[in-house]
Amino acid sequence: MAAINFGYTISRPRAIDLDRNNLRKSDEILREMPELQTCIGCGSCTAVCTAGNLTEFNFRKVHTLVRRGEYQGAYEEMNKCMLCGKCRLVCPRGINTRGVVLLIKRKLGDF
Amino acid sequence: MKMEKMKKKRVIVIGGGAAGMQTALRLARRGIEPVIVEKEAELGGKLRGWYVLFPTFTPASEVLNELRRRVHECGIETVLSAQVTGIAPRSVELADGRRIDGDAVVVATGFSLFDASVKEEYGYGIYDNVYTSVDIERMLGEGRVAKADGSRPKRIAFLHCVGSRDEKVCQQHCSRVCCITGVKQAMEMKRLFPDADVFNFYMDIRMFGPGYEEMYREAQQQYNVHFVRGRISEASPMLDGRIQIKAEDTLTGRPLRMSVDMLVLLVGMRANDDNAALAAGAGLRQSPSGFLAARDHFLGSVRSEVEGIYYAGTVTAPKNIGETLNEAAAAADAVAEALGA
Repeated sequence: MAAINFGYTISRPRAIDLDRNNLRKSDEILREMPELQTCIGCGSCTAVCTAGNLTEFNFRKVHTLVRRGEYQGAYEEMNKCMLCGKCRLVCPRGINTRGVVLLIKRKLGDF
Repeated sequence: MKMEKMKKKRVIVIGGGAAGMQTALRLARRGIEPVIVEKEAELGGKLRGWYVLFPTFTPASEVLNELRRRVHECGIETVLSAQVTGIAPRSVELADGRRIDGDAVVVATGFSLFDASVKEEYGYGIYDNVYTSVDIERMLGEGRVAKADGSRPKRIAFLHCVGSRDEKVCQQHCSRVCCITGVKQAMEMKRLFPDADVFNFYMDIRMFGPGYEEMYREAQQQYNVHFVRGRISEASPMLDGRIQIKAEDTLTGRPLRMSVDMLVLLVGMRANDDNAALAAGAGLRQSPSGFLAARDHFLGSVRSEVEGIYYAGTVTAPKNIGETLNEAAAAADAVAEALGA
């Protein structure tokens, strides 16, 4: 029997809930690529991003969300990356950003 | 024996900048005979390049001239245009083969400026209208701040952390004073060009000194300086000679681009190139950033690991003028104590 639709819904909370998020995948990713933890969020990667200039893709945001245990949609987002590597050229922390894209896709293919 | 006791202790101070002059003055006050060895033809060091100092807009010349006057008044011996090539606890070697002897050595050789042209993506030295904070300070001193064609800028962007916190150019440390320099110069630009829009691109604003945070707030509130959180990734020249810059506005999460009349790169402080050779020759230790490492951060911050060799000022890490002057006094104190003066 279909539930009765009363015409109103409950919004899902927007907060990143670090009590509930499971950081296991995030820890795995950081173990394989510890340099990702050195990101200072300067946005250089996103500033030069070919994909990000044309679509909503924001590499800095996606990997930060992944590090917070917010995996939903990360794989699909990373698929927008064309692996041109400009982000890697500008990163002041020397992070292998293309490696991060590939790693997140490998680890979070099923999210 | 009696003569030996009567003889004044002599201390070699390497570097005649703010740290070196202050160390020498304090040593002289303690009855020690200092000799300043300076590589340039005059005393003053990097302080000579400043127009006014943060956070009070005090003319740099006020501090510089006063230090020079006191050094002259105290009759402190100075050896100018002398490059030190070797340090020992009781002597220094000069490039011309001369040797200066003493009872202790204070290394106050300071820092080098980051060469902005290394960051080719910003076009310093390639395009017009890209300047460094040092250029701006000089132009302020000359009383002529203008675009390359002599006209008034309407839009100015400052970029923080050029040659600081950047692994790509092997400068991983924070140079500390560039943040407040950016705020100070942004305010000076607004004073000179009230109609101009001034934007500061930063990653973190580090207002570590007394009065700095207040100055930052004043820049925002009274001067309407815009602060954008994001590092400029590249700058390119436009047909009309202006500069187009790209960044991510990280607080909105969107790429940002804009054109400016002037792009000012806030260049960092880096360790002197000859630190490695001097350290190796004397058995001193360098920190990962290339600056010389003090014995410890707390009770031995002006002592090296070699007895008889001391540090003052930015030779150990980036510092502001106030910290440098205080540290110089501390170094002189440590030397005097060790020599029993």
